[in-house]
This record gives sequence, structure tokens and C-alpha cells, in this order.
Amino acid sequence: MLQSTNVKTLDKVVVRFSGDSGDGMQLAGNIFSNVSAGEGNQISTFPDYPAEIRAPQGSLSGVSGYQVSVGKDVHTPGDRADVLVAMNPAALKTNLKYLKPDGIIICDGDSFTPANLKKALYATDDPITELGIDPARIMLVPMTTLLKHTLADSGMDQKGIMKCKNMLALGLICWLLDRPVDKVLAKLQAKFAKKPAIYEANEKVIHAGWDYGHNTHASMPTYRIETEVASPGVYTDVNGNTATAWGLIMASEKSGRPLFLGSYPITPATDILHELAKRKDLGVKACQMEDEIAGVCSAIGASYAGHLAVTTTSGPGLALKSEGIGLAVMAELPLVVIDVQRGGPSTGLPTKTEQTDLMQALYGRNGESPLCVLAAASPTDCFTMAFEAARIAIEHMTPVVLLTDAFIANGSSAFRIPEENDFPIIKPNFVTAEQLENGWKPFDRDAETYARYWAIPGTEKGMHRVGGLEKDFNTSVISTDGPNHERMVKVRREKVARIANDIPELEIQGNPEAKTILVGWGGTYGHILTAATELNKAGTPVALAHFRYINPLPKNALELLGKYDRIIVAELNTGMFADYLQMHMPGKEILRINKIEGQPFLVKEIVDGVNNLIAEA
Amino acid sequence: MEDIKQPTFAAGDFKNEQTARWCPGCGDHAILNVLHKAMAEVGVAPKDTAVISGIGCSSRLPYYMNTYGMHTIHGRAAAIATGVKTARPDLTVWQISGDGDGLAIGGNHFIHALRRNIDINILLFNNKIYGLTKGQYSPTSDRGFVSKSSPYGTTEDPFIPAELVFGARGKFFARGFDITLDTTREIMVAAARHKGTAVVEVLQNCVIFNHGIHTWLSDKAVRAERTITLRQGEKMLFGKDNEKGLVRDGFKLKAVTIGEDGYTIDDVLVHDAHTEDDILHRQLALMDGHDLPLALGVIRDVEAPSYEADVEAQVSEVKAKKGFTSLRDMILRTSETWTVE
Repeated sequence: MLQSTNVKTLDKVVVRFSGDSGDGMQLAGNIFSNVSAGEGNQISTFPDYPAEIRAPQGSLSGVSGYQVSVGKDVHTPGDRADVLVAMNPAALKTNLKYLKPDGIIICDGDSFTPANLKKALYATDDPITELGIDPARIMLVPMTTLLKHTLADSGMDQKGIMKCKNMLALGLICWLLDRPVDKVLAKLQAKFAKKPAIYEANEKVIHAGWDYGHNTHASMPTYRIETEVASPGVYTDVNGNTATAWGLIMASEKSGRPLFLGSYPITPATDILHELAKRKDLGVKACQMEDEIAGVCSAIGASYAGHLAVTTTSGPGLALKSEGIGLAVMAELPLVVIDVQRGGPSTGLPTKTEQTDLMQALYGRNGESPLCVLAAASPTDCFTMAFEAARIAIEHMTPVVLLTDAFIANGSSAFRIPEENDFPIIKPNFVTAEQLENGWKPFDRDAETYARYWAIPGTEKGMHRVGGLEKDFNTSVISTDGPNHERMVKVRREKVARIANDIPELEIQGNPEAKTILVGWGGTYGHILTAATELNKAGTPVALAHFRYINPLPKNALELLGKYDRIIVAELNTGMFADYLQMHMPGKEILRINKIEGQPFLVKEIVDGVNNLIAEA
Repeated sequence: MEDIKQPTFAAGDFKNEQTARWCPGCGDHAILNVLHKAMAEVGVAPKDTAVISGIGCSSRLPYYMNTYGMHTIHGRAAAIATGVKTARPDLTVWQISGDGDGLAIGGNHFIHALRRNIDINILLFNNKIYGLTKGQYSPTSDRGFVSKSSPYGTTEDPFIPAELVFGARGKFFARGFDITLDTTREIMVAAARHKGTAVVEVLQNCVIFNHGIHTWLSDKAVRAERTITLRQGEKMLFGKDNEKGLVRDGFKLKAVTIGEDGYTIDDVLVHDAHTEDDILHRQLALMDGHDLPLALGVIRDVEAPSYEADVEAQVSEVKAKKGFTSLRDMILRTSETWTVE
């Protein structure tokens, strides 16, 4: 192989694949990410789906994208792309804004037909000039022509030939970014194991793409991407929703409690239901119920019956479930509620990301109704936090709300498949035979955690009734006594507060000696971490605290934060976590960086935000 | 014959020490006592029995049971009972709901439980009123019914519970009174023995807010004329001396006196609750005591696959087929992986 003389070495590179929904961009992106991960790169991906289910072909609203960052210190899919693949003029027009000023474009030159230009609402017949693109940075590849030549003898029809276009683009990318073609082919061979003719066609096309790049554009810079040594183990690529489902299954294995899911389809949470429905092969009972309320209620029933019970939803569904969650608070039953946050209020922006359900999770129920709230920081952290949600629910006999969001739910990164002893045994707070012999009552509690004991139907002498009415602290029978109610309210609050004894302490990252601390929570971790790293590199010292345990807060959190002169909370809402912290730190000024555009932060926005706040002070 | 020793239970085994706090004279007291007896007759141990209720006067019932039980939230008993039964098919699950809880706020869960045919026994206490909130009309109150929330009479038609059950493709429907306790006990036992969703409508008297609403049907003086108790395989006879019967009249049913107008006992229909076709069951269930007697007893009792059993069977089947030993095993065998040394 001829080495190009013009090779750039990069820590990381961001590629954005864009085209019509039917162009196979997600598949091309996916293979690219997995092959890169296999080469030792870190990966972070983000699919950007159009809002419409099937917009007309070639139209601006029908463009779907898949952005991936690969390399070293990769924590986000990248603010802007180094390479943009655009399969038609509409994709070029809508995605150009995601390209770095010096980025490279690979475009299907054959797609620049008058009809396509018209569908994409171009004013002229020269989109490159019209969009102000430097011709030196765009590779106009006659993809359709190349495809037809390559597959002329394949016996495939026109439609079948065009379906291979994504692999032509992938072949080009392999040349440009020095990806091993044999590894790509191995993945394709696995995918088309039962369709050898399709595999053969795609193999030819990938080679054609690579050769085209190599023969005609040797003057373009190609890249070598830094790798990073990861901890030993077996890895796979996983998105946040699948990781969430898997974390719950791990918790079921570690607790010995069978897993029950009661759910109702809602974007962007439905993929958790899909995965758990498949996992009937691991004994999961995943039930699609008649509505959101039945989702949480069936889970409450399963919890009473002794299962690890889960309901999954997004913001509007969480609103519908509030009364049911209140029942689980009152009956003190373990319940995991997963809210994959999306743009709100109401139906809002169903396919877009936000962090706007924090207050709903914390306070969105009638009465004094405290529960544990957690938030996952990344696609793979969804696994850990789903496990944690189940562990806390089962060991502390409480509902737990886990907040994820559309960004980490759909985004993916490399996941080290846990080994046998990576996660602890979960010990359900079962009532003992001895207690049952000695006049156990359903609201007797563990003296340390205040968790009540779990008596599972079928247990001799364990027959008991729970419900939504207030119970007497001593006798566990229904009570309307005022002082008893106050006592029970405080006991339930204290039970949740004491979870703080059973969660990790907050760790400070970045430069702990800095005077400014940047604070985040949940799915913004990658962006905030990258921003903190860039700020420190650029000579602006910042510490970083990222919260995954929201209620209760880690025991040391307030003391640690209190040491900093300047606390800046960056979040994708108008300041919910900042308000929450402010409540706990009344004397302290909490500065804010907020964004509510349905999109993740750009690292640059956080960096600029911190610099501006420091400059204003 | 070999004598197999089964544990047996008495009504008292299902009763706890709590004093039932319904109004004196409320029909719920009698239904509770009958339920204790029916459970003893069914013979499932208290430890394997779960009683799930919603909100309303009748929904207090689980607190008076010595079984597992949950008094939940308004309208959701069917959904919660579905979770209990799906998770634990080994338990016998009863749902207690009133007409408001089951058919108004809980209407969606009610029809979907029936559609799924989850094996729960729903006792629907129908007193045609909201008692706990002190006297508003319910979804079973007759058109024009005057209550605190309908001072000039309602301007809407009621649901007929049986019609909803059949509309949702229900496989079991039975009806009884809170004062014809032998029949009510029998139908509770039949409901428990039926595999699938069983609805038992108990016409119940609210002594405070809707006193006597069913009396025109249930009073001893008129009961034999205005109601008919259906029994499997028996002629559909009613009247003080069983002198009347139900016969076909074209597509309709007709009440006749045997020996009059040329009708003989041979013309009288025989009840078959097990017929798949539900047309006659519907006609029987919709008889309202005016032209035709109100039907009591088990009106429909048809076998069909139940939800929880099929879920369980599917889980076992795919588990055996795939043979994964753990989450890790599943991921390793189904995902693209790479190894870092």
C-alpha cells in the first residue's frame, strides 16, 4: 500500500454520516465505530434522527445523521465534524453547520441533479458556491456511476445496486482515516452470512470506494488516529438504552429477584422495552401494558409479589405515573422508574434531549413523597446506574427514579462486558423466619436504614396488607392520627436520606486546587469533562464535580462544593439542579450555564460560558 | 379410592382480627363473609392468596382478610393485580372494585384485563353510587338519576357491566346479590376455578346514599318473578313455583308460563355457560328485570388461554431454545465484541 505523504496525526477525529433515512448511514456509521473501537480507539456516537417518520426522499426534513468521534480521550461525539459524508444535496445543506471550518466533505456528485437541488430548496444549480464551500475541501465522488460500473456484472437490479451506496462511502472513509478494510469486511460477512451474494457485492463496493480515494485524491490529507490502552476485557458497542436494560438484568442476577418490566411505548425510552422483551430468553417478564399508569401499576404489583420491578418511560409518562409512584412511596415497595428525558413540556420535542424532568422526579407527587433520584452520566454509565437504582430500591425498600436522556440513550460507546465479580451481590431486605415467629408487622424497620422488611406472598405467616393509606408506626394498621402521620412522614424522609450512607462519595476531578468548580449532573458528563480539560489546558484552572446521585446527595458533596469561590452549574434546562443546590447551600451564589435547544451542549459553549462568568466576576 | 390428604381451610382462616368499618347495614359486610366462605371452599391457602383493591368503600376489603393484600389507588386495581399474577402465576389473585373504581376511573384497565384474559377474579361491587365521596352518580347510575352531583338528574346513559365484559371479549361473567348469599358464594367459587379473567358483579346496597336501589329486584316478595338463577345444564326456569321459563322468540328471548299459549317445558331453553358463541349469553346478561327477569348465576364461563400462563410458557420456551447461562453469556453470544489484552 502506498503511504500518502500527507498524513495528519490526530488525538481524535469526528465523522458525521448524513443522508436520506433509507441511505443506510446508521449502518455505515455503526460499522465504522465498531471497527475503530476494535483498533483501540475510544468511541462516542450520536444518531440524529429526523422528526418525521418517513419524510419524502431528498427533502430537507428527511435527512438523518450519525455522528461519531473516535480516538483518545473521547467523551463526547464531538462538537463539529472533521469529515462530513453527505449523500445528497439536502444532507449537505442541513449538515454543513456541523462541520469544522477546515473539515472535509465527501459528497455524492451524481446526486446533484436538478430534481434533487429543487427538493432541497437550492436557489441556484451550483450548491457548492451557494453554500460557500471551499472546492478544495470537498470530494465530489460520482458514487452512482461508480456503483453501476462496479456492480455491472452482479446481476443485481438498479434498486439493489443503489442500496450499496453507503458501503462505497464507507470504503472512502476507510481510505481517508486509515481503517483496516479487512476488519470492515469481517463485520459485513457476519451481517450477511446468509446472503453471500449481497456480501460479495458490498465487498466489491468497499474496495471500489477505497481505490477511488487512493487513486484520485492522494493530495487530500489522510489521518492517523491515536489509540488508548483500555482496561483488559471483552468489549462491545452499546447505547444507553440497551445498557440500561442490561444493568437491570445484572441486578436481577445479583439479587436473585426475577425481573419484571411494565411499560408503555414512548420515545425515546421504548428501546429499553424492546431489549427487555427480547430478554425473555434470560427469564425477563417484559409486559407492554395498556397505558403508562398500567405500566407502573403492574410493576408495583410485581414488586409486592417479590420481583425486581421496573417501569420505563419519558417525561410525559412520568407525569402519568406519579400517583402510582406515590403508592410505592407509601407502601414502601422497591420500584425502579426509568425516565429517559426528552424535550418538554407536554409532547414537546420527543426525539430531542433535555434535562428538564429533574424537579418532576424529585417533587412531582402529591404529599410529602421523597424518593431516591439518580442520573446516568454516559451511555455505558446507564448500565451502572440502572444496577444502582435496582440495588438501592431492593435494599432500602423505596422507589428510585433513574434519569437518563435522549442523548445518552441513543448515543453509544465501548462497553467492557462485566465479569462475574465486577458487581456486588444485592441483598433484599427479606423478613426472617424468626421475625415471622415473633409477631412481625409489615412496617417494622431496620434500625439502621429504616427500610421495612419484604415478606413475599407464599411465605407462611407473612400474610399482610399494604396500601396507600397512612399506617400506624407501631402497629402497621391504618391510622389517621395526626402525630403518627408526622412521625411517618419524617421516617420515610429519613429512610431516603440514609441512603447517603450507602453510596459513593463525590469525587472532584479537573484541578481540585482551582477557585472555580464546574458542576454537572447526568448525561452532560462527557461535554463538561471535555470542557474542564480544555479550560485547564488553556490556563483557566477549574475543578469538576459531576453528580449521579441526586437525592440523597453524596454525604461530602456540600462541604466539598462549599470550598470553592465560584460554583458554576451547567445543565440542559433553565437551572433546576442549580436551584436544588441553592436550596441546600442558601448562602452561596450558584452561577449557571444553561441551554434548552433540544441538543446536547457543545464543549465550546461550556468553555465560553465559564470564561464569560469568570470575566464578569 | 386412595384418600389424598389436602390441607383444608375454614372461613375463619381468611378472616383477620380487624373490625370491618363499613356502615351498619352495608351490603359489603355480607359479601366479605361470603368471600371468606368461598375462599375456604376453593381451598387455596391464605399464604397463596392475594387480594388487590382500588379505592372506594368496597376497596377497604383487603384490610379484613388474613391473606396477602394491597389497598391501592383509585381505578388501578386491575393493573396492579395483573402485575401480581403475571409475576407470580402460582398465587390466586382477587380484585375488589366498586362500580366507580372499576368502570369509571379504572375502565381502561378493566377492559384490558379482560382482553388479555389474565387469571384474576374481579368482584365488582355495584351499588350504582359513589359512597365514599358521599353520594355522586356513578357510571352505572340510570339516566335521570338524581344525586348530589346530578341534582336535576343525569343526562347520560349508564354502562351495563356485563355488556362491557362481553365487549372486551370476556370469558367469564356471573351476577349475584348481596342478599342471595348461597348463589353469590357459588359464583365466587366458580370464578376462582375459572382460568382467565372472571367478573362477578355483585349488586350491593348502599344503605346511606342509595338505599334500596336493587330492592325492586331483590326483595323476597318479587325476587322469584323478577330474577332467574341460571345453572349449567338446567332449564331456564323462574317464578315462585318455577312455572315460568325462557324460550326463543325469533332472535329474541321471551318469558312464558309453561302450559299457557301452547308452551311446554320442552320449549324452555337449557343454560350452557360453556358455549363459545356469546350471543345467547349477552341476551341473558342484558335482561334487566323489566320485561325479562334479571339473570343471576354464572352466565358465561368459557375456556381460553390466560395471559400469565402464556407469558410463563413463552419465557420457558425461549430460555430453553437460546440456552444462555447469564447476561454475560448472552452478550458474548449475540453482540459484536473485541478483546483488549
